[in-house]
Amino acid sequence: MSIILDKINYCYSPDTAYQIQALKDINLTIDDGEFIGIIGHTGSGKSTLIQHLNGLLKATSGHIYVNGQDIYDEDYDMRDLRNHVGMVFQYPDHQLFETTNFEDVCFGPKNQGLDRQTVELRAYEALRSVKFPEDLYYQPPFDLSGGQKRRVAIAGVLAMKPQVLILDEPTAGLDPAGRDEILDLIANMHKELGITVILVSHSMEDVAKYVDRIIVMNQGSVMYDGVPKEVFHHYQELEEVGLAAPQVTYLMHELRSQGLEVDLDATTVEEAAESIVKALK
Amino acid sequence: MSIIKAKQLVHEFIRRDEEGNVESITTALDHVDLKVKQGQFIAILGHNGSGKSTLAKHINALLAPSEGSLWVDGMDVSEEENVLSVRQSAGMVFQNPDNQIIASVVEEDVGFGPENIGVPTDEIWERVNYSLKSVGMTKYRNHSPNKLSGGQKQRVAIAGVVAMEPKCIVFDEPTAMLDPNGRKEVIATAHELNRKKGVTILLITHYMEEVVDADYVYVMEKGNIIMEGTPREIFSRVAELKQHRLDVPQATLVAEELRKKGVRIPAGILTREELVEAILKVKK
Repeated sequence: MSIILDKINYCYSPDTAYQIQALKDINLTIDDGEFIGIIGHTGSGKSTLIQHLNGLLKATSGHIYVNGQDIYDEDYDMRDLRNHVGMVFQYPDHQLFETTNFEDVCFGPKNQGLDRQTVELRAYEALRSVKFPEDLYYQPPFDLSGGQKRRVAIAGVLAMKPQVLILDEPTAGLDPAGRDEILDLIANMHKELGITVILVSHSMEDVAKYVDRIIVMNQGSVMYDGVPKEVFHHYQELEEVGLAAPQVTYLMHELRSQGLEVDLDATTVEEAAESIVKALK
Repeated sequence: MSIIKAKQLVHEFIRRDEEGNVESITTALDHVDLKVKQGQFIAILGHNGSGKSTLAKHINALLAPSEGSLWVDGMDVSEEENVLSVRQSAGMVFQNPDNQIIASVVEEDVGFGPENIGVPTDEIWERVNYSLKSVGMTKYRNHSPNKLSGGQKQRVAIAGVVAMEPKCIVFDEPTAMLDPNGRKEVIATAHELNRKKGVTILLITHYMEEVVDADYVYVMEKGNIIMEGTPREIFSRVAELKQHRLDVPQATLVAEELRKKGVRIPAGILTREELVEAILKVKK
């Protein structure tokens, strides 16, 4: 499912004293099966941007084409769009409300108008793909740990079989192991289900480790768009806008300035160690 | 004297069914012993559900012990009449700044606490002034909090706590929702309060880098303290930490990875500077 954003502008409270231009002339193409990370400081327009992708916000001007169709066309079916673009909001685990975890996951597909059997099949499938322990399926969601709750919440969106999965900081508030588990899970789903994944994150280390393409937002515009190595080359510019590069990037630059011929492109711990060993030989 | 002292502290969450019969008991704190000296900067690590926040809520008298005792600044938190003074001695900063800010102007928000405890007006302004100054937010005193960045909002929340003149501040994952810059701002502010004003700090976090500069680290699991020591001592036990669902700073990880590959890097590397130095030594 390809998504094209063509000169998207968005204004909060237009024509009032509080008018804020949250998105400025955004042009983006998101291809089928991509794994994209969106980074940007708080207030840079990340959340506003992703809310356009499933039609929760309507651009003040510009067009969005999904599979070639303009979603702002009068006869375009928004419901259909939302069935295909799944969104996992920040702290989705705060939104669990059903009596059991299984029922909670059923809620989405049920609202899509599917029959009970299909709904249940989808819920099983989704809970399995997030590796949720079977003995907890029929337990209330409120007693789960943070990581487990988040799995249920993600399964609830997966059960609607989206072709594009958008996650807004899916690991906020999780412990390091929980963080790794959820991100591994997402990477796995991307590989196995072949869905497009868009990950909004504040962790440069996570983004460097998992995604294929990074979009950097700053003051409502796209500042950089490219593969992680390319983007993190601009680490000084990123810092100026309240972001950072992965810590490994700084390490490599410091070593280089001290005369060690290391690879400045390394962004993960493994790449860094390898390059340092090579340079020391 | 210790500002915080826990002795065999136990907290049980008891769930009852509709008739009031006990359905289940979860032991969130299981005989915790802890001593924090005035002026220390303490970090508490532990995976989700290990009991960190339950412990924090006791220090602020938001929860009362089921068994054992906890003293804050010499006051037993179980005593009903101590609750208000305990909360004045131990302030608390939570994860989400939006949940802690109530006024529509920054300076009013900071003055809210002192006003509530009947501080005279002149002194309220005095407290607001130095509180905002201590978190570096004086410039924004007449702004509306909802126009601030996450890190700035969190600093306003901290100023609100500082204005209550606590001896100790508990930070419960204050940076979980912030971008890299906001994280830096908040941690720097905590250190500044500790250094300049001698405020005792308890920092609960999942970010290992934020722990590096603490005086002492406690690691919790299943309601118990299972490891304690200086950051260097704790982070040299990489495998053990990973077992407890935790991590180590990235510099330590790179050092560990290099050691595995046969590069002779000493154990206990915490920061990038130390790692660079160690690598350059190997090169010579």
